[in-house]
Amino acid sequence: MIYISTFFSEIYKIVFLLLPVLVSIALIVWLDRRVWAFVQKRKGPNVVGPFGILQTLADALKFIFKEIIIPASANKVIFVLAPIITLTLALTAWAVIPFSNEMVLANINVGILYLFAISSLSVYGIIMGGWASNSKYPFLGAIRSAAQMVSYEVSIGIIIVNVLLCVGSLNLNKIVLAQENVWFIFPLFPMFVVFFISALAETNRPPFDLPEAESELVAGYQTEYSGMMYAMFWLGEYANILLLCALGSILFLGGWLSPIDIYPLNLLPGVFWLIFKILGLFILFSLVKAIVPRYRFDQLMRLGWKIFLPLSLIWVVLTASFLFFLDMLPVTG
Amino acid sequence: MLAHSLFFYFFSTVAVFASIMVTVSRNTVYSVFFLILVFISISILFIMIGAEFLGMIMLIVYVGAVAILFLFVVMMLNITEQITKRPIRKGFINNISVGSIVGVIIFLELLVAVGGWKYKGTFVSLSDINLNLAISNTHALGNVLYTDYIHLFQISGMILLVAMIGAITLTFSKRENIKRQSYFNQIQREKDSAVSLVEVESGKGVKLDD
Repeated sequence: MIYISTFFSEIYKIVFLLLPVLVSIALIVWLDRRVWAFVQKRKGPNVVGPFGILQTLADALKFIFKEIIIPASANKVIFVLAPIITLTLALTAWAVIPFSNEMVLANINVGILYLFAISSLSVYGIIMGGWASNSKYPFLGAIRSAAQMVSYEVSIGIIIVNVLLCVGSLNLNKIVLAQENVWFIFPLFPMFVVFFISALAETNRPPFDLPEAESELVAGYQTEYSGMMYAMFWLGEYANILLLCALGSILFLGGWLSPIDIYPLNLLPGVFWLIFKILGLFILFSLVKAIVPRYRFDQLMRLGWKIFLPLSLIWVVLTASFLFFLDMLPVTG
Repeated sequence: MLAHSLFFYFFSTVAVFASIMVTVSRNTVYSVFFLILVFISISILFIMIGAEFLGMIMLIVYVGAVAILFLFVVMMLNITEQITKRPIRKGFINNISVGSIVGVIIFLELLVAVGGWKYKGTFVSLSDINLNLAISNTHALGNVLYTDYIHLFQISGMILLVAMIGAITLTFSKRENIKRQSYFNQIQREKDSAVSLVEVESGKGVKLDD
């Protein structure tokens, strides 16, 4: 009986985590297009619903009713599996994100490693989709994407080490609580910049959207996908973007903490602060998309391996020696 | 405990099945995917015995990096050619003898390792630190790894570094006649050095590279 009741209560929690995430993905796609249009002095989607806010819903309906085409020479099992894996991985990662001190689905000891592992697995959806399509453009896109994501993961990992040195725990809630006095963006500002740029590359966002560079690779790994399967890739991509924004706000912007712990600000529940921070980071993401032209592939690799990796390694040494010599290392236990 | 053992048997069955499929499946790409499945189920088993740090590191290192490189290499091979060709049975006898020798050696090693577990209490431990069950296993691992085993830890890191540099120097070839771009020169280019105004006499034209 205990198993059954636990099972249902967990299912209930999962559904009430996933529904808001999915709805916010729909809204964030709309926001992305609006910001992009705003920068380019266009109107963007403004027809369906107030301010065009239901545009994504209409698009989703369109995708559902479109035919799913599986190419004759494709590897069918892996071809179908690829978008499912992308979306599932992007959604499972939300399990450990703390929305407030209590509001977290799984408050695990190694939360940050879990997030890192999930984001390093998300390359599989792309590489499987690209290979299974059995066609040149998707394959080139998949190969590019694998190289790009593996390279930038290295620097993201070392940036996470920087933050962990200041926290002394891998638990996401403890990382947030360690920032009660000062957000890590202030002492670790260069690392925040590197993290932001690496997050752009990790999620294949412009200016690093080489896996789907439409001017050279048609649509990269998504070329052969249609209908709902394309929509799943698309949803997974935006869920990943949202996830990295959440990770950035937890690591550097104090997660669900309010900026200053004074009367009118700390009335607002932590969820809203986290949402504001995620939105702020996301608007930066979409501004970058509108402003910066696409990188060339060798430039991308050079930036990842020759600039970001040494910089973040040096910063680890700096942070560690600073904390050690000033006797500020966090007390573990 | 029932649910725990059910999950344990489920994931260990998956691991064993997938590791058999790695060797059996015809398509090399499928082999790599089954290998990934093995890694994932092993990391879940790690998490189930409470070694969550090792489980996550397994996911990050093996699935997130090593297996991607395997996949990278295997996908470059021409798969369609391999599928149409039946595997040649010619070297079967040779392969099976070598394979069984390796298998027997590994089996004996496993026997020694499992048998030695019985005498665990009599071994002299290299580390004096008593395991404290109150702290998380990430902290416990760090306490041992960076104090008593620091030299072994550093040496293993050095070996990996040497292997990496060796692989790079072996495959690196300096190519000539390639246009290399210097970012600093490109950015520092000024109008004075790039553009000049020339008075052209009519009918004579302009000569470049003057």
